[in-house]
This record gives sequence, C-alpha cells and structure tokens, in this order.
Amino acid sequence: MSGKPPVPEPKLRPDLYAVAMMLEPKSRVLDVGCGDGTLLRHLSERHGVDARGIELSQRGVNHCVAQGLSVIQGDADTDLADYPDDSFDFVILSQTLQATRRPRDVLDNMLRIGKHAIVSFPNFGHWRVRGQLLVKGRMPITDALSYAWYDTPNIHAFTIRDFVALVKMLHARIEEAKALDESGRPMLVNVPWGVWNLFGVQAVFKLTRES
Amino acid sequence: MNVVPAGVTPTKAAIRREAEAPQSLVVSFGADQPLMMDAGVTLSPVTIAYQTYGTLNADKSNAILVCHALTGDQHVANPNPLTGKPGWWSTMVGAGKPVDTDRYFVIASNVIGGCMGTTGPASINPATGRAYALDLPVVTIRDMVRAQAMLVDYLGIDTLFCVAGGSMGGMQVLQWAATYPERVFSAMPIATAARHSSQNIAFHEVGRQAVMADPDWCGGRYLDEGKYPSKGLAVARMAAHITYLSDEALQRKFGRKLQSRSAPTFSFDADFQIENYLRYQGLSFVDRFDANSYLYVTRACDYFDLASDYGGSLAAAFKGSKTRFCVVSFSSDWLYPTSASRAIVHALNAGGASVSFVEIATDRGHDAFLLDDPEFSATARGFLDGAARARGLPPPPDQTHAAS
Repeated sequence: MSGKPPVPEPKLRPDLYAVAMMLEPKSRVLDVGCGDGTLLRHLSERHGVDARGIELSQRGVNHCVAQGLSVIQGDADTDLADYPDDSFDFVILSQTLQATRRPRDVLDNMLRIGKHAIVSFPNFGHWRVRGQLLVKGRMPITDALSYAWYDTPNIHAFTIRDFVALVKMLHARIEEAKALDESGRPMLVNVPWGVWNLFGVQAVFKLTRES
Repeated sequence: MNVVPAGVTPTKAAIRREAEAPQSLVVSFGADQPLMMDAGVTLSPVTIAYQTYGTLNADKSNAILVCHALTGDQHVANPNPLTGKPGWWSTMVGAGKPVDTDRYFVIASNVIGGCMGTTGPASINPATGRAYALDLPVVTIRDMVRAQAMLVDYLGIDTLFCVAGGSMGGMQVLQWAATYPERVFSAMPIATAARHSSQNIAFHEVGRQAVMADPDWCGGRYLDEGKYPSKGLAVARMAAHITYLSDEALQRKFGRKLQSRSAPTFSFDADFQIENYLRYQGLSFVDRFDANSYLYVTRACDYFDLASDYGGSLAAAFKGSKTRFCVVSFSSDWLYPTSASRAIVHALNAGGASVSFVEIATDRGHDAFLLDDPEFSATARGFLDGAARARGLPPPPDQTHAAS
C-alpha cells in the first residue's frame, strides 16, 4: 500500500452514477452531450475508460478540451451519422433525448455506432407531472422538468412506457433498466413498468441491438 | 503614384542574406541524401534552416514540431532577424506558454521553397551558380513534410510528441499524421483544410498573376537582373491580407474612416484608412519575402488534397491512427472555414482516431490563430497537458508540487 491517503470518490449526479455502473471498465465510450465533461472525467479517471465526447455548446467543449478530454463540438441530431458502425462499446446519452429534434433517429444511430446504448431521461409519466396537468390544467413544471412550456428545450416529452415502446419499435433489447425516485435512489426492480412510470422521476436504460 | 520604389534596395540584400546565410541553425544534406519530390525528381543538396527552443529530454519524447504558414518561418519564438519583430507564434510558444519550452523541445524549420535559409528559389543552384528561380521543382506540402522528417531524423528523434501548425502549417500537420502516423503522438491542425478549395486556389492565382505581371519579375530572373518585383508582390500581399481578416473586424477597425483628412480628396490617393493599412501591409511584406518563394508556397497549398492520395477518402488517410488530434477552427475564418475543419473531424471519427474539435468564437478571421486568444490558449494548453499525461511526460513544475 502506498502512504498516500485515499482520494475520496467524487460525488456524481445519481443518474450519472447509474450510467457509470452500467459500463465495463477499459471499454470505448462516447458520451453524447457530455456538457462540462464531468462524466467523461470520472469514467477515464475511475474506470480506465477510453472516453470521448460530443457537446453542442462551445463553452462546454472548450472547457472539456482544456482539461485534456477528447471532445468535439457537434450535435446529436446531425453528427452521429458520421460515425462508423460499432465504433464504440458504449454510447451514452444523458438527459438529452427529450431535447433532440429526431429522438428516434438519434437512438437508432446510438445503437448502430455502439455495441450498447445507455440512455437516461426524465420521466414525463411521474405522478407529480400527471397531477399538475390533471388538477391545474397547466403544463407541468417540476424539479426534473423545470421549464415553462414556451422556453423548454425538452421538445419531445415522453414517459418510461413510451421509451420502452420505442425500444421495441427499433428492434432493440433492454439489457438493464433502472428508475430513480425523487431522492435519486434506484427503485425496486421487480415491479411492473406502470409503477416505475408513476413513481420514477428519471430512468436509465442499457440497450443493445437485437441480434 | 509610386507605391513601392523599384529595384534592389538594401532590404532586398537582407532577404538574400537570410536565403543564403541565415541567422539560424542549418543542416545540409548532400548528394547521398537527396529529397524525393512529388514532381518526380530529386533535389540535392538540400539545406534546412531551423530553430529549436527548450531541451530534448533523455527519452527524446518531448519534441514538438511547429509548422509555419504560407509566409511564416522558423523564427517562432525569437525576434525575426529581418523585421526585428517578435517571433510569429511568441504568444503560443515560450516558457510557461501553452507550448511550454520549459517542458517541451520545440523544433521549427523553414519549409522547402521558403526564403529564410532552407533551399528555395532564391538559393544558389550548384549546377548554374545562379539562383534557382523557377528551375526549382514545384514543391508540395508532402515535400515540405519529407524535408522536415529528414531534419527530425538528423536530430535523432523517432516519435514527435506533437506536430502543430496553422493554415499551411496545419496542412503539414495533417500530412505528417497521414504519412508518418507512428511518428506523431499528437497533432494540432489549426485553421486549416484537408484540401485547397477552388476559392483558395483562385485567391492564390490572383497573387501569382500580380507578381508575374510586374515587369521587374523578369520571368523569375529578377535576382540575376538586379531587380525586384516589389509592386506585384505588394499587390499580391494586399489581396491575400484581406482574406486573412473578416468583414466584421475590418468594419470594427477601419469602417469608412478617412486617413488623416476630413473629406475625400476626389483622387486615387489612400483616402480611406483601410487603403493605407493594406498599402502598408504590402510594402512591409516585400521587405521580408522573396517573390518567387511566394509563387512556390502558394502553389504547394493549391496542390494539397490529402484525400486524393487515399482513393478520395480522407478517412482512409487516418484509418487506424493512434495519434491524438485536436482540430481548431475560428468562427470568422472564411479562408479555411469551420466547415473545412469539420470535414477533417468527420474523417478522423470515421477513421476511428481520437479527436477533439474546438471552434473558437472570434471576429478576427483567419489570422486569429496568430493572435493572443485566451480560449485558444486554454485549448492548446489543455490538449497538450492531456497528451503529455498519456505520453508519460512529467507534469509542469507547479503541478508537481500540488501532487506531492
């Protein structure tokens, strides 16, 4: 053992932590919409992963590259098409699918260029969201979905069940799934989709192409 | 109106001096080591003028080759012997700078076809005892890179830690990565393109025609005739200089402001500040650059089309490359626009290479890569830091303290 004190595990956002737990160490990973590179840095430092990123905002990209991360400026909607098939072991999309113009094409491309796709997203089926629409008759605003209807980037709202239906339509297979509750804790696994769909604030799915 | 006095002035003598006996390190390769050129001929002897900064480590693993642009030279970070001005990339290269000469061994050489001491059209052709002029074979970007590889071999370096450069220097970076992938650990092509566009060629042709239309060009034999095509070269530089800036920056800097007068003179004098500025750019350029060299280096860019050497596929040029790339473009650069850099990034992705890509927001046009820009500096520093960690180079001194 070295004399150095152990370096404390940095606190990752719960959904990013769930994503990180689905990866295999030493794999090749593309993080689509990598933001300021928090997950990329965590993955390359803690999991020995060959991590690359795509980020839309120049600010985010410059921040990542200045930290020595491999990140390109690009758009999930347009730039995934340029990657060859099977170029990564994992392609990650965190909290972004609902903000893409063509979510179906994005997911299709992720499944094409990665052996596995990991997607995390906010669940529009959560009871608070449903309740606001039902009771107030107004578009819901919650902690996970904190925008007014007129300025939200979340142009394609969907629920966990919607997502499962899309996965089926794309002939993909769910390898692993987690729903996170309001405090970011994973919910029980052996419950019907309907329970997750009502009580899950967000969800994380690991998918692969049906062979 | 006489923009430029004709004939050979003392300054022109200084240009000849730098071409023949440069104030630089020099290595000459004799008949046993000719330069194989794309034109299908060999060139010998070949002289390469170069500068180095910093110290090569024991593993020879910390060398960075800096490639210069069209009219740049090997004087990256020291005062230029012709102009007395700071080196062209002294914002980027030096102690504590992003290309940190306290950590890295920096090499910069004058390109083949240049005029600062490396063999070029102003060099003496041993077969005739006169300057080569147009007898020098047409030079390509790959020829420049082959010559640089000879220099790197001569310095005993196997793998370069990084090859970096902007504009024509960026083309050399791409050529290096494609031709010698195992010798390039990381690469930083900046404000460049994998091929010269029709518009790029068009601007260069205007410049060359301006030089060749000057009667003092003498069919390229002006050195023998004791003349110099100053007017033609100045016009070429004026036209080219516009392409290095942006409409926005010109408007901001000059607008329609008049030069030391309150009203137009109704003549063809330099009424506008922009006219005066361009004339100055033209005049100062002819004091430091050889006219024939300008023909050669512009031609080299025009012939550059990296994909054409790989069956038309740029991705094939980088297939399986282990090199770490950082591609940088500038938002207002319309000479080598962001779309050209994106094409490089797409090819690198398709080839499976490790690539970062940053577009720097600026209104300063193509020349932005030569200017001090905090975003650009941070990008270069971060990329090199990351590559240095991957290469196993020691961290910079201040980080050593923090880690221990």
